Amino acid sequence: MSLVARHLEEAGLPTVVVGSARDIVEECGVSRFVFTDFPLGNPTGKPGDVEMQTTITGMALDLLERAWQPRTTAQTPFVWDADCNDDWRQHFMKVDDSNRTALAAAGDERRAAQATAKAEGTGRG
Amino acid sequence: MADDRRTHRSHVSYIDKSRGYYGAQGYPQAYQWAYHHEVPFAALEKPLAKCRIGLITTSFFERNINETSVAGTGTKEPYAALCSDALGGLYNKDLFWDKDNTHTDDLDTYLPINRLREFAAQGRIGSLADRFYGVPTDYSHRRTTRRDAPQILEFAQQDELDAVVLVPL
Repeated sequence: MSLVARHLEEAGLPTVVVGSARDIVEECGVSRFVFTDFPLGNPTGKPGDVEMQTTITGMALDLLERAWQPRTTAQTPFVWDADCNDDWRQHFMKVDDSNRTALAAAGDERRAAQATAKAEGTGRG
Repeated sequence: MADDRRTHRSHVSYIDKSRGYYGAQGYPQAYQWAYHHEVPFAALEKPLAKCRIGLITTSFFERNINETSVAGTGTKEPYAALCSDALGGLYNKDLFWDKDNTHTDDLDTYLPINRLREFAAQGRIGSLADRFYGVPTDYSHRRTTRRDAPQILEFAQQDELDAVVLVPL
């Protein structure tokens, strides 16, 4: 997605990315970025929270208007858990002794399925 | 919120996490994430209140995708569709988001069509384009830059967009 933003900017079209994967967007390098420090899935606000969605969308509009140089990042003021419970950060894509065997098996299964799909000619070229 | 001291940065590094996660699945080659030193920048050419804004998502418009298909075997292409047709929600179950901690049942949490329409009604922006645009999340930088991005630019030019809001899930 950040690569698309860069392509549009190169063509003269101003863009702003709103996302929750800060490192991926900033490493790619975009002109304007609103960072929402939430689990992946709701970069423009929590479900049902219209006020928050309005604030975050408004921040994107603010950046379109006011950023004067590339790599301008603004972080939203919101936290996912009111008690600052950060378990979601640890939980996502977790790798430890509790799931190492299952992950290895899942990888084997996925590769086997992809090989089958390729043999049947249904794989993406 | 109380101040704190931490030994690690607080925001999640998905680059680090995915490297460990896929390594544990037996993929020895770490994914090569896009990195650029130079970053292009275009300024608005007219006041925001006169701008037509476009929205871009990584979610899918088609809802009848075969959920049992193997990842990477789909036929995803960039698309443009009417915002009014998206209000019931988009398909994104196949995308990599945190399904344990949240959901995407509320469209405006990842594609703020309603919120931008409200900003248009208030005069903060000129308008939201009638169409929104979808770009697939693709492993291949080449497909994204040579196929998807030019197609999205073409959509943007057809719809005479003045600025774009991109929301990766």
